[in-house]
Amino acid sequence: MAEENQNAKNGKRVGLLERVKSGVREDIDSLRTDLPAKAKEQIEHLKDPTKTQVYTSIFRHKHDDTPRNRALGVLSNVFLHLHPAKINRDAVRYSYTWGMGGITFYLFIVLTFTGVLLMFYYHPTKVQAFRDVLYLEHDVPFGKLLRNMHRWAAHLMVISVWLHMFRVFLTGSYKKPREFNWNIGVLLLVFTLLLSFTGYLLPDDQLGFWAVTVGTNMARATPLLGHEGPFGAQLGMTPYNDVRFGLLGGSIVDANALLRSYIWHCIGIPIVASVLMIVHFWRVRKDGGISGPAPVMLQSEVKDPK
Amino acid sequence: MDWRQLWDIVSAPDNVPIVALIPLLIFYIYLAGKQAKANDDLIGELEASPALAKTHHRKTWPFRPGWQKEVHVWPFLLRIEFLAAIIVTAILMVWSITLSAPLEEPSNPNLTMNPAKAPWYFLGLQEMLVYFDPWIAGVVMPTLIIIGLMVIPYIDTNPLGSGYYTWRQRKFAIGTFLFGFIILWVSMIIIGTFIRGPGWQWFWPGQTWDHNRLIYEVNRDLPDLFGITSNLGKAIFGAIVVGGFFIVGGLLVHALFRRYNPRDYKRMSFLQYNLMMIFLLTMVALPIKMLIRLLFHIKYVWITPWFNI
Ligand code: HEM
Repeated sequence: MAEENQNAKNGKRVGLLERVKSGVREDIDSLRTDLPAKAKEQIEHLKDPTKTQVYTSIFRHKHDDTPRNRALGVLSNVFLHLHPAKINRDAVRYSYTWGMGGITFYLFIVLTFTGVLLMFYYHPTKVQAFRDVLYLEHDVPFGKLLRNMHRWAAHLMVISVWLHMFRVFLTGSYKKPREFNWNIGVLLLVFTLLLSFTGYLLPDDQLGFWAVTVGTNMARATPLLGHEGPFGAQLGMTPYNDVRFGLLGGSIVDANALLRSYIWHCIGIPIVASVLMIVHFWRVRKDGGISGPAPVMLQSEVKDPK
Repeated sequence: MDWRQLWDIVSAPDNVPIVALIPLLIFYIYLAGKQAKANDDLIGELEASPALAKTHHRKTWPFRPGWQKEVHVWPFLLRIEFLAAIIVTAILMVWSITLSAPLEEPSNPNLTMNPAKAPWYFLGLQEMLVYFDPWIAGVVMPTLIIIGLMVIPYIDTNPLGSGYYTWRQRKFAIGTFLFGFIILWVSMIIIGTFIRGPGWQWFWPGQTWDHNRLIYEVNRDLPDLFGITSNLGKAIFGAIVVGGFFIVGGLLVHALFRRYNPRDYKRMSFLQYNLMMIFLLTMVALPIKMLIRLLFHIKYVWITPWFNI
């Protein structure tokens, strides 16, 4: 076009119709030649998707198998960077850690996932709770599987936490400098059990009702804070103001207890437990990675402070 | 032999985790024991020959000087983690398809379940209700367990055995933990699950649950045996007995501990030593109280107007 205007300045006037015609012809020519070329180029690119802008925007480094890339694969991923790039060659032996900490964490994720799905169908009220569970069992597609998975994963998690603690003890992994992390672990153990326990009431059936009744009846007997506990009565505790009342939101296991259970189970404890897990994992790293398998030490090498 | 009853208990869906826990525990104790044995053998060997100790790489797994000490997390660790996740998922899937979570009748405060059992992981504490008042079994014991676990790293001053399985270097610590975990916790859960029936009575595995069975058990209190009748007398007597247990027991443990664990004894501070004593003696008190109950039908040792022990 610019050319044509140049011509116009030189005195040779080109008709408007001509200009439009040649322009359109050019456009069509370019469609005929450029687009197939571009398409071809695009297909060439698709053969190696790692070169596309979308891909490189997601993955920040190459993936050919070099030591550098193996390390970057772990370090540049927010979920994996919990791990160091390299670890002691023996630390990957299953027989040392039994993998129980990791399995516990995985079960927690499974429980969160299935739990959120269950929440879509469950109302924490006396009228609906039990029916919702029946509905899940009989009508919701895969509802029964969902409920079963949540239940069994919870039981498995209790078992795997115990086994994890057992192995941490047996390998002496609570010793300096990991004392603090052991304590975080003890709290996690308590919260794991509480998570399981608060969930027990939610189906609102006889099993959960009586288990929670038996469990919270003990709270009556709390020293000082329970109305049947030592020195409770002397401190003015009654069934209507003691610690059990606070737990249940009433003097019997009823609608308020169901709601409290639900909130602790679905919101309160999971948040606290997640925070503690973050600290737990952080400390595993900061304390120098997992404790072993370390070279054995001999008595003669101990530098006794005294 | 009532196989039906036995099967009902073992196959109750909520009991399956305990049925699974037992072989798992046995397997992992075996796995730990095997490695402890190998390490202990190595320790013995190295202690016998200081020359070897200078050059040895100190692990039971092979290592040669040229080998890399470290491996990449990807793939060497992550592949194990991914595999573990897949296996756990597969187990969960199969378990959830084949076995349904229990759902009883809707809750009914007027219809008592008999036996009314806590979830299985708390059955140890419920079992303790037989021998102790609720404030001890339900409140004091859990609190002591939590605090007891928390102080472990601060009272175990033994620098050996950090980061590897061993028995030889940590006999006392591991023995105590096994006593607490296996005997006081897991086996009480097993009793609570498989043995306790209606009325929380003792039914041997395979014995039919008789809902009308009554047991005439005359329980006495220790002060009664000594003919003490006044309240004040009972309170003082009980305080003496319980205090006496801690003093005599403490002396006994002291005598044994400083002989068999001289290094730990020397290292421990006043506070550490006393904390260990209190927790150890309290732990030992449980089976003792259970025994005097089972053998002599003694219910309370210490009776006061406010609490009984
Ligand atoms: C929700 C519960 C828990 C989760 C998700 C969890 C997770 C983990 C993970 C993934 C590790 C890395 C090594 C391994 O897998 O063994 C670890 C290490 C550790 N955990 Fe836990 N844990 C939990 C509960 C506990 C408990 C109950 C204790 C002890 C009372 C504990 C004490 C420790 C200690 C001391 C370490 C460092 C071990 C070492 O350096 O070898 N954790 N935990």
